[in-house]
Amino acid sequence: MPHDGHGHDDHSELSPIALRVKALESLLIEKGYVDPAALDVLIDTYETKIGPRNGAKVVAKAWTDPAYAKWLKEDATAAIESLGFTGRQGEHMVALFNTPETHNMVVCTLCSCYPWPMLGLPPVWYKSPPYRSRAVIDPRGVLAEFGVALSEKTKISVWDSTAEIRYLVIPMRPANTENLGEEELAGLVNRDSMIGTRLAGKAA
Amino acid sequence: MMGFGPIAPEANEPLFHAPWERRALAISLAMGGTRQWNIDMSRHAREKIPSAQYWSLSYYEIWMEGLKRLLTERGLLDASIKKLPVLEAANVAPVLARGSPYTRNATAKPLFKIGDRVKVRNLHPEGHTRLPGYLRGATGEIALYHKAHVFPDSNAQGAGENPQHLYTLRFKARDVFGANTDDVLHADLFEPYLEAA
Repeated sequence: MPHDGHGHDDHSELSPIALRVKALESLLIEKGYVDPAALDVLIDTYETKIGPRNGAKVVAKAWTDPAYAKWLKEDATAAIESLGFTGRQGEHMVALFNTPETHNMVVCTLCSCYPWPMLGLPPVWYKSPPYRSRAVIDPRGVLAEFGVALSEKTKISVWDSTAEIRYLVIPMRPANTENLGEEELAGLVNRDSMIGTRLAGKAA
Repeated sequence: MMGFGPIAPEANEPLFHAPWERRALAISLAMGGTRQWNIDMSRHAREKIPSAQYWSLSYYEIWMEGLKRLLTERGLLDASIKKLPVLEAANVAPVLARGSPYTRNATAKPLFKIGDRVKVRNLHPEGHTRLPGYLRGATGEIALYHKAHVFPDSNAQGAGENPQHLYTLRFKARDVFGANTDDVLHADLFEPYLEAA
């Protein structure tokens, strides 16, 4: 963080952007346009309540419950809502099931559309120009950067979220997990595997 | 557009990289609650940042620049105080859980059905659009139909929701990029972007 070394007021540790955001927040509160308590609730929601463990529960249930997996394929919005995950940036869901033949990968080339109720806030790389520009034209090269090498026989299917449909990838269930319960299985579902840039099974 | 370098995913990435990013997220969402603009207007506000500046900003810096533009355009940063609907703390959870469904009743029947071959029109609108440039002129197949949704190209201009049928198109990567591959790609495209192939 930039520091000029001779500031003495409360703002001396803040970068220019931090100062600008602080000033804007103060102004909007002063004008009565935002409720300061609502700001804290919003932050707490995305820091503690909404995140990729929500999506992991959907995946684990799809792995263990064929009827649920079928529902998820036919009406992902309703199937996901039944687990309590719904709302802002997840209003219209489609679930994409990975198979040995097809690996799905999701991007938003135009901005940063992402299924917030299932995965929380997107990571920086998802929102940044390198991924947004290359995911569509060079998906295999992108996967290599995540350490994923698919068989040449596996076709890659990229989904560019250009409207208000949001996509959740259901990764393949890792081998030798027949004895695991839903909760343990959810622990194998990492965030990136639900975007399609990694496989399930390892933490990431 | 290419040439942005490696993707460089960060291991154990924190949700925010500086305390101000938390505040930037919160004031952006809270100001959305005043309903002075819609999501398409906020996307358009970010897109209107001059390119050289846009590509040099971080994600939440882009959000802040977009928010500043939305506020300034509506006179919300000047000396006057307007009476706006405010997102109260107690309403945050229900408002987030409700979201904003984008499906609407269409005035016309859909022109295309699943399996139809369609071509993406060569459109270059001056305002906001959700037609990605790399698909102009490409031919693909209707893979999914989502009924009618709010049309961002109209909604961003304040010209009404103008609902349009929304389809997911499937393209062969080789048809779009000339690549020697069997990979496929999909995009969600509104009917006005399409014509029969």
